[in-house]
Order: sequence, then structure tokens, then C-alpha cells
Amino acid sequence: MDFSLTDDRRMLADMATRFVREKYDIESRHKFAASDEGFSREIWGEFAELGLIGALFGEDVGGFGGTGFDLAVVFEELGKGLVVEPMLANLVAGKLVELAGSAEQKMLLEKVIGGETLLAFAHSEPESHYDLAHVATGAEKTEKGWRLTGHKSAVLNGDSADLLVVSARVSGDVADEEGIALFLVNPHAKGVAIRGCPTVDGGRVGDIALNGVEVSTHVRLGEEAFTTIEQAFAAGIVAVSAEALGAMQVATEMTLEYLKTRKQFGVIIGRFQVLQHRYAEMLIEIEQARSSLINAAGHLESGRELREWNVSALKNLVGRVGHLVAEETIQMHGGIGMTWEYALPHYAKRLTMIDHQFGDEDHHIERVIALSAG
Amino acid sequence: MDLNYNDEELAFRDEVRAFLKDKLPARIADKVKKQQRLTKEDMVEWHAILNDRGWLASAWPKEYGGAAWDAVQRNIFEEEACRAGAPRVVPFGIGMLAPVLMAFGSSEQCDHYLPRILDGTDWWCQGYSEPGAGSDLASLKTTAVREGDHYIVNGQKTWTTLGQHADWIFCLVRTSNEGKPQQGISFLLIDMATPGIEVRPIILLDGEHEVNEIFFDDVKVPVENLVGEENKGWTYAKYLLTHERTGTAGIGFSTEGLAQLKRIAKAQKKRGRPLAEDPLFAARMAKIEIDLAALRTTNLRVLQDAMSGAASPADSSMMKVKGTVIRQAINDLARRALGPHALPFVSEALDAGYNEPPIGPDYANPVAADYFNNRKLSIFAGSNEIQKNIISKLNGL
Repeated sequence: MDFSLTDDRRMLADMATRFVREKYDIESRHKFAASDEGFSREIWGEFAELGLIGALFGEDVGGFGGTGFDLAVVFEELGKGLVVEPMLANLVAGKLVELAGSAEQKMLLEKVIGGETLLAFAHSEPESHYDLAHVATGAEKTEKGWRLTGHKSAVLNGDSADLLVVSARVSGDVADEEGIALFLVNPHAKGVAIRGCPTVDGGRVGDIALNGVEVSTHVRLGEEAFTTIEQAFAAGIVAVSAEALGAMQVATEMTLEYLKTRKQFGVIIGRFQVLQHRYAEMLIEIEQARSSLINAAGHLESGRELREWNVSALKNLVGRVGHLVAEETIQMHGGIGMTWEYALPHYAKRLTMIDHQFGDEDHHIERVIALSAG
Repeated sequence: MDLNYNDEELAFRDEVRAFLKDKLPARIADKVKKQQRLTKEDMVEWHAILNDRGWLASAWPKEYGGAAWDAVQRNIFEEEACRAGAPRVVPFGIGMLAPVLMAFGSSEQCDHYLPRILDGTDWWCQGYSEPGAGSDLASLKTTAVREGDHYIVNGQKTWTTLGQHADWIFCLVRTSNEGKPQQGISFLLIDMATPGIEVRPIILLDGEHEVNEIFFDDVKVPVENLVGEENKGWTYAKYLLTHERTGTAGIGFSTEGLAQLKRIAKAQKKRGRPLAEDPLFAARMAKIEIDLAALRTTNLRVLQDAMSGAASPADSSMMKVKGTVIRQAINDLARRALGPHALPFVSEALDAGYNEPPIGPDYANPVAADYFNNRKLSIFAGSNEIQKNIISKLNGL
């Protein structure tokens, strides 16, 4: 048993910390978020140069990490800066390629790691809620390949990707685990219509219509895709939960500072026991979230049952704790916590909206129940 | 990072398992698993078995006859012992008094008292709380006035756990009214057979005699029974509170409690199906299981920090709060799971050898009483509110 970070990971974390601290103040973040693409290409290039993108992938595809703890240390630091660059989108879409791609398809990841190619995973649909197997988009066999027709919604960074990984059904009913395929699709191909849109927490999504998009046979990624998607989502959950943990820490630090300085009734409000106890409660829950993250990161390379139980336990716990921290830190700040100008509420918004990615706390408690029974 | 026990730790776990399988009397384990009453003899017997193996005082250094286990080893033992249905080691002598004696007592005191704790000669109890001094322990009023070679002790202690069995009591007493209340407190060892001591039982809400009131009326205590210096007792008591981190979270108890809860939820029926399959109930159980899995890792992290000296004093407060909240939530769900069968309660059925057929399922009888009894968890050893005060104070609030 050992809960200390290896030297390599500590260096990785330190590098990310320094970058966020020096280059990612809240004003810059807002500026990047408000730009057309919703992030900075320049910053993205620096991420590539520093090896932060490479840290998300294994050595056999040109990265130098890719384990649960690699994701955890990188994303925790990104969370502290509310980083809007499309790391999460490229992690998940990249994992799909890493897990299911042919040798030739995997070559693509070198360009992703180098910061030249951006990926996004077009999976969720208007009626899928958080059900991973719900794919109504159809892939119809043609002479030269496949014809894709359907509607993908709220695709993370789907409006800036150079290449989309699209899930589509080749057989079975709409919610069957079997019969789902993945395709690499050029977003500029005929029949693809993408409408970009900002998100409430500073990110970007794309609404993607696939109107009989013709793709060739060789762009299919692997065969049956459900377990691949599940595994890529597991990585996404570890990453986004680590991001949440980073955001929670900053939010509680800001709150502590505020409790120590804000005076009402002639005393600092941190003297009030009702606030002290609520603050202590947050700290306890954040330690729980960190432990849960360690459990899931440590089991990301384990077998399905152990991996998925820990991943869903993590996402459920982070959902609950993120919600608590978001609401409590705003409340303890009072009016100032409601202002755009102040950084805190942006952390609270991100924490809240993380529960809307990769399944919310209810979705994951259902999975924990199902996985415990099985 | 490595979540798994290493080879050495696994070997230790196997050794503990083999020992428990071999030496834990089935009669006692059966009582523990059925949540029946343990007698003083049961507890003394288990202590003797552990002491034979050199494992009773698991945290003591070897020179005093301890096992000198590190925090991870102690945690492994706790997990395995709970799983096997071993009674917990009564902590008052082994875990509470002994570390204070080793740190602040004289060598004569160590030489005299420590062996007697190990061999079971002395059963110790703790005299801290008073009717007017609970969470505000420093306001205690029991006095010890020096007269020649003795202190004369007058006052009252309360909530004295298992004091009815005790040969000795370690007390916080007031020896001075100068300065802050914390500054006039001394740590005194008192023979329970001394004239002027009266023990009265307090029956708790579940009908059990677990705690007592102890009255001191001109009790003569030799001055050599003072531990350390006069008026430094508060420091010693606080040392104790931060010294013992293992077990604060009660992971072993919660793990066993959750396993029992799952058995109950599988056996109980709702609309013809196991209650465990009811989505609402299943969600309540899963939430606890998720929290417990995280707490187990938090506990191991704290233990590792403690071993490397990096633990914060706030850690044990966090473990106390979350650990007790989880244990209580498990008790709460077990009670709910029984539905109407939580109502019948036959106190005699908690004694081994009771042979009447149960009313309702055979696991039902102790569940509600246990729930009520464990409301104590968030109150004792520094209430959860006090723990939150400590956490926020350590964070500068």
C-alpha cells in the first residue's frame, strides 16, 4: 500500500500547477472561453509542448502515461484553473482510438498529442440521457462503406474538432449494447451540419446533424464498440472527477479566506459556529472525494467489474460533494458569490455542471447497484 | 500509488487470519455475530488469548510487552478481527492509560501498572466526564486537595463505560482554580476499592447497563498516583486524543455492519421481492457502500501519513465524524429494513443460551436496540460538533 505519488507524476503535477498559476488567471480564462472556439489555440499548443496531452495516452501510441493516476494529477491541476481547453474531449475521443483503433488509425494520436489535431466524441443524442447504449443514429451499409444518419447533441467541443468519432448503430434496437459501431468522420464532409454553442460553465458543445453522411469502410474503429465506450468513459470520469477535486479545493480555499476577512456584526463571520461547521463538513467530504478518486484511478486498469464499480462510485460521490461545495461556497460568500466578476461562482458553476457529464449522481448510483448485484 | 497491500502486509494479514481461525473461541464469536451480550469473563478471556500471542497491546513498544505494530498492521488486525467476530479490545487500559503512562508517567508507574494491564489483573475505566462537564470537559469540578502524602478527592464522574467491572479509574481532577480552567487539572490514578467511592449504574435507552456514575466522597489517594506533574493533566489528556488514530473511523465495524445489512435486505421481502432489489432501498444502501469505500481509503491515507509524521491533527476529527455518521447510517437502514419486525424486543434474548423461538426473523431482535445504542457514537469521544470545532480551528477559523 502506498499513497504517495511517484517522482514522475509529482513533476507532471508541478508542471501543470505552475502553468495554471502563471498563465491561467481568471480573466484570461474568461477571454479564452468567450472566443469563437471557446479556448486558446496558443495555450493548446503549449499543453502539447509541455507533454500534458501526451500524459493522457500510453507509450505505444506516442504518449508517456495514460494510467488513472496520470489523468488524475493532470486534471486536478486543470480544475484549479477552470481550464477550458478541450482536454477532456480529446482524452475521451483519443481513448476510443487508442483502445479500438487499427495500427494505422492509432497514428492519428501522434498528431493529437502534438496538438495538431483535435478530436471530439459525438455520442450523446437528444433522447439518450446518460444511457451509454442508447444510440439511435443509424449506420447503413453501402457499397463503399457506411451511410450515417442521426442527431448528436451536446457534443463536448464538437464544434472545433478536426475529426469526430461518431457512434452509430449497425444492428439491433435503439438501447441494445450490441450493434454499436464507431466511425472517424470528417466534420466538413458532405451531410455533416454542426451548430456550436457555449455552455453555462464556460465550455463549448456542438449540435451535430448527420444527414446521410457517406464514409468509407476503413474509417470504422474496431468492431463492437460498447465496451470500448464504457472504458473511454471510465477514463473520462476519472479525469472530470479530478478536475472537480481541483475546483473544490480552490472554491473552499476562497471561502476560507472570505470567512477570515468578511466582518458582520463587528466580527469576522468565520467566528460563527454555523459557518465553521458547514465549512468543516465540506472539508470532510472533499477528503472522501479524493479517496474515491484514488480508488477509481487505481482501478482504471483493473477488470471491468472492479473498474466500473469504482468509477461509478466516484462519479456518484463527486456529484454529491460537488453539489454541496458549489451551493455552500456561494451561500457562505453571500452576495459577492453571485457576481460574474468574482471567480468563485465560476468554480461553483463548473462543479455543478460536471454532474451533467458522463452520468449524474443518480445514474451512477443505479450502476453501482447493478454492478453490486452482478 | 498502490491501493493493494504489499507482500509483507498480505503475509501479516494471513497470519492474523490464521490466528483468529485457530484461537478465537467460537462461543464468543457467535455472541458477537448475533449481537448478544458479552460478559466480563468473555472479554477477559479474549484479552488473555491475545496476550498469550503478544498481540493484546498491539501499539505498545516491545520493551513493555507490546506488539509494536505500525498503523497499517493495526488496521489490518482491526479489519480481520471484526470480520471474524472477535470482541474489540477494551481500550481503557491498553489504548488510553498506557500511552499516557509511557509518555508522562514515572518508570515506577510503568513498571507497576503496565504488566497488570496486560495480564488482566487491573481493569481500568476512564473518569473524564462529569454532569456539568461534557463537551466542555475543562470545566470539570471534581477536586483533589493535597493533604500530606495524599490527595483527598471529592466529586462525581459520569458516563463511565464498563466502570462496574473496573479495579482502577484514571481521572482528570481539579487541583487548582488559578488561571484558565485547563491549567488546574491533574491526571490521577485511583483504586476503585478505596473507601468513599460509589458506583451507580446508568441504564441507557436500550435498557443496557454499559455506563455508570461514580461518586467520590473524601477518597484518599496516595500522591504517588499522580501521573506527571500537578496541573498538567489537560496536556496529557489531549495527547491521548491525538495519539490514537487507528480505529477512530470504525471501518471494521461498518464493514461488518454493512454485510449484515445486506443479509437482512436480501432476506426481508417487499412486494414479494427481496428488499435489496427495491430501487429506493438499494440506493440508500449503495450510497453508504460508496461512502464507506471512500472512507476506507481515507483511513489508510491518514494511517500512512501518521506513520510518516505528516498527519494533521484535523485528520482524526474528520475520521471520527465521517466514521460515526456512516456507522449510524448503517444501523438506521438495518432498523428500517426490518419494517414492523423491528418492534419486538426481548432483552433476555441478548444472553447466550436463550432458547425461546424468536418473534419474527432470528436476526431482528437486537437491531433496533443496537440502532438506539449507537446514537452514542456521534456524542462520545468528543461529540461530532466538537470535532467540527476542532477542524475549523485548525484551519484558522
